[in-house]
Amino acid sequence: MPHHCVMSLNVESLVESPLTAPRPLRLIDDTGRAASPDEAGGFALPDPATLLSLYRRMVVARRFDVQVTALTRQGRLATYPSALGQEACEIAAVAALGAEDWLFPTYRDSIALLTRGVPPEHILASFRGDWHSGYDQNAHRIAPQATPLATQALHAVGLATASKLKRDTTVALTLLGDGATSEGDAHEAFNFAAVWQAPVVFLVQNNQFAISVPLDKQMRCRTIADKAIGYGMPGYFVDGNDVAAMYAVTATAVQNARAGHGPTLIEGLTYRMEAHTNSDDPSRYRDAGDLEIWRRRDPITRLDTYLCEVGALSDAERADIRAEAEDLAAATRECMTRSAPVDPLELFDHVYATPRAALMEQRAFLAAELAEHAAASITAQSEEIR
Amino acid sequence: MTLHDTEPAPVRAPVTLTMAAALNAAIQDAMRDDPTVVLFGEDVGPLGGVFRVTDGLYAEFGESRVSDSPLAESGIVGTAIGMAMYGLRPVVEMQFDAFSYPAFEQIVSHVAKMRNRTRGRIQLPLVIRIPYAGDIGGVEHHSDSSEAYWAATPGLTVVSPSNPADAYSMLREAISSDDPVIFLEPKSRYWAKAELSLPVRTAPMNTAAVLREGTDVTLIAYGPTVKTALATAELAVAEGLSIEVVDLRSLSPFDDETVGASVRKTSRAAVLHEAAQFGGYGAEVAARLTERNFFHLAAPILRITGFDIPYPSPKLEEYFLPTPDRVLAALGTWEWN
Repeated sequence: MPHHCVMSLNVESLVESPLTAPRPLRLIDDTGRAASPDEAGGFALPDPATLLSLYRRMVVARRFDVQVTALTRQGRLATYPSALGQEACEIAAVAALGAEDWLFPTYRDSIALLTRGVPPEHILASFRGDWHSGYDQNAHRIAPQATPLATQALHAVGLATASKLKRDTTVALTLLGDGATSEGDAHEAFNFAAVWQAPVVFLVQNNQFAISVPLDKQMRCRTIADKAIGYGMPGYFVDGNDVAAMYAVTATAVQNARAGHGPTLIEGLTYRMEAHTNSDDPSRYRDAGDLEIWRRRDPITRLDTYLCEVGALSDAERADIRAEAEDLAAATRECMTRSAPVDPLELFDHVYATPRAALMEQRAFLAAELAEHAAASITAQSEEIR
Repeated sequence: MTLHDTEPAPVRAPVTLTMAAALNAAIQDAMRDDPTVVLFGEDVGPLGGVFRVTDGLYAEFGESRVSDSPLAESGIVGTAIGMAMYGLRPVVEMQFDAFSYPAFEQIVSHVAKMRNRTRGRIQLPLVIRIPYAGDIGGVEHHSDSSEAYWAATPGLTVVSPSNPADAYSMLREAISSDDPVIFLEPKSRYWAKAELSLPVRTAPMNTAAVLREGTDVTLIAYGPTVKTALATAELAVAEGLSIEVVDLRSLSPFDDETVGASVRKTSRAAVLHEAAQFGGYGAEVAARLTERNFFHLAAPILRITGFDIPYPSPKLEEYFLPTPDRVLAALGTWEWN
């Protein structure tokens, strides 16, 4: 069907939502003041020490994100999907999890990995092109960053169900984007989780764009959180730039899952401040004015204001945190300027647990080819010397 | 650790079992031996599966280990991946071959690639059972032979038993394997019977088996067409033709050693499958046997397969499926001296 036919469909006249326009749940508003009780949805503001810890992690994560984007522009990395502006969602997700829990991230969630303790070089190995997933997934309890959308949500549900079957207390949390909620696997994951009462939390970062496509071309419902009703699980529509609210809601969802109360769907309303990746051009599909609006809703600035207001963040502490962030940026630059050797013969080592004769033949073929090239280059060098 | 490393269990008295019953016994024994084995899929619970392969397992092991899942194949395979990541050994069922396609992405992008992606840190010991192929009078979408998709995917192990003894032994081995296995169960052979003393163990599942020795032609088959190959060999005796029948058993990996040795012995080979010919598994068999054994061959390797059309409706499937007569006619096209 030609595009203009779709556009001429007057869906507004066909579908009228019986629900009023929703307001996101929040605990600290855009201006850095405590939100009113009717906005808080019954959730309490975390204590200042917790908020300061979230603040520190957001500042460090943003510095890392900005640094990696810069390194990508310099050609050090093949690509990097930035989470600039989404720090509240990313950091709240990790802070809500215990050491025994599992995180199922996407390609955009590198700062969640950083916050959970994965060394920068291991996070970035995949974007540098060393290997498809460069960290120890079992040690960190973080699944490989998923590229096919929403597929990891089912893995999270399966792992959570296994935890339940084994009578463990491990919870799984999966990060998703707004575009991913259109995928069939998102629906299947929500439904399986609800039917099986799996201890899993779905945290959808609604950054309003799937590369270039805005959310109103993905769905007709008011919010992504509303969809939870249809699956029979609780859903929360949260200000995704308010880390206090994101943390309070996500921590509660994790506790509920651990206590055997099943899954929760959380939507954090946020904005992707950067391009989709370095190869994208947002000027083709979005208004620069929107960026300015969302800059005023910045998650770090508003928490900074709040913490200063309540006397929980001094200039000296802020300087300490910034120094920590700068140290991490320097370390990231340093490790990304080092060359990372890759071993071509490793290509064959991990495909199967059970060795295969045909694969060993191909490995031997490549080994011989490499040896031949090495010998040829030594000969060429010695001829040059002569 | 594979099944073949373990101490042999006491052998039970011989009983006559269908292939479906042998598969059932394999899952039951695996679940009794290993508490991490869990089973789920569509209708596998109280009903016992539409082919009754999981009959009685729900009653014995209960809801926590045998469960009816929501009706969604991607969800079944996707959640099995997560369970395998957490130390379980899921055995899942795709109710019919063509109903496995919604799970294609999970199988190809994750089941097959997880071990490689994580440098061996995350293994996925799971089995995806797929009742496959035709010759059962099934309506559309119930008779596909989709083996070429799976066999063409690095990271998957793809096997298909042709008889009750292999069905038991290979399914036990698949469940105990640390690699994910696509287990293709030929529907038309579910009711084939054999007398078995369980727990029967046949050759390792990654090897081919010479089921009938011969000197003139190697006829290569797997799953449902092994019966056709054996019938052809029997018919050929009257024509003075000695056919060696090789049951591949494993499509990935391919047992170059066993099949190659047979082809070098007979110097002629034909491969037989239900799936369409173009881009089918037989093309790989013919190509790799030719590459490796060209100077031993007296004639080009033939493919006797289904036609390059979608699987037909029940009244027409007899014209589609390769028959012994069709195989013999094909062998007759070679120049014999």
